[in-house]
Amino acid sequence: MTLVDRLTAAKRDANYQGLIDAVPYARFLGLTAGMEGEELITTMKFGAHLIGNPALPALHGGTLGALLESAAIFELLWRAETVVLPKTITLTVDYLRSGAAVDTHARGIVTRHGRRVTNVRMEAWQTDRATPVATAHAIFLVKRAA
Amino acid sequence: MADEDADLRLKLVKQFSAGVPHNRALGIWIEAVTPGSTVFRLPYDEKLVGNPDTGVLHGGAITALLDGASGAAVFAALTDFVPIATLDLRIDYLRPAEAGKDVVCKATCYKLARNVAFTRAVAFHDDPDDPIAHSVGTFMISTKGGKA
Repeated sequence: MTLVDRLTAAKRDANYQGLIDAVPYARFLGLTAGMEGEELITTMKFGAHLIGNPALPALHGGTLGALLESAAIFELLWRAETVVLPKTITLTVDYLRSGAAVDTHARGIVTRHGRRVTNVRMEAWQTDRATPVATAHAIFLVKRAA
Repeated sequence: MADEDADLRLKLVKQFSAGVPHNRALGIWIEAVTPGSTVFRLPYDEKLVGNPDTGVLHGGAITALLDGASGAAVFAALTDFVPIATLDLRIDYLRPAEAGKDVVCKATCYKLARNVAFTRAVAFHDDPDDPIAHSVGTFMISTKGGKA
């Protein structure tokens, strides 16, 4: 099965985790996904391999960037009527506080869905959603799959 | 004497970067640390693939590579070991990485001000003039003994 087939099947079966299990890097990060009300929330389960600063300890900034980018991509895959693999054009992450050694959650919100380009903003939080650890925005090329 | 101190500091930056758990998990090699500049290598690994059909690495692995190399470039520019914190990082993805190839990142701290350091970095396979991704970042520099 191709990735697009697997994603199409995951959407058909409302199997959010199927979106993630199709992607090796998402498994490496320890991502899970699920609906909370109307929101698709992506969670990065804490693991010692995600640490960037052992002294604090704090998550590596790259893991937060990857979580935020993944949350945006899952949101696009989930909401789109047909499965289109979004290509990231730019990603900008604002790091607001250091990520503690606990699970981190993220979601993406589409701010503009264009014919070729989609803008998404994202936020990531840990214990308190009102105090995000990082926010981001990204622009994706969403070329229709052939 | 000053040169010896600088050499020791650069060696420590290299050792510290190599020991960062997430860098180790990604399999990153620290190829070079020079004043204000670093070269990191991310060996190709199937566990970091974003699209299993093509075998292309996930953007997130490249984000982590650029972030880590940029932060280390700031440490390599500083004359004291003080904590730093990433303020922001913008990444432009210029073309997909090719399956099976290592990704190399060259990062530079091009401006070190009193409170803030500014970095740019480029990720590429063999030729820095044919980049996969380009990033610019800013880092907060803490005062010695203080908070970042």
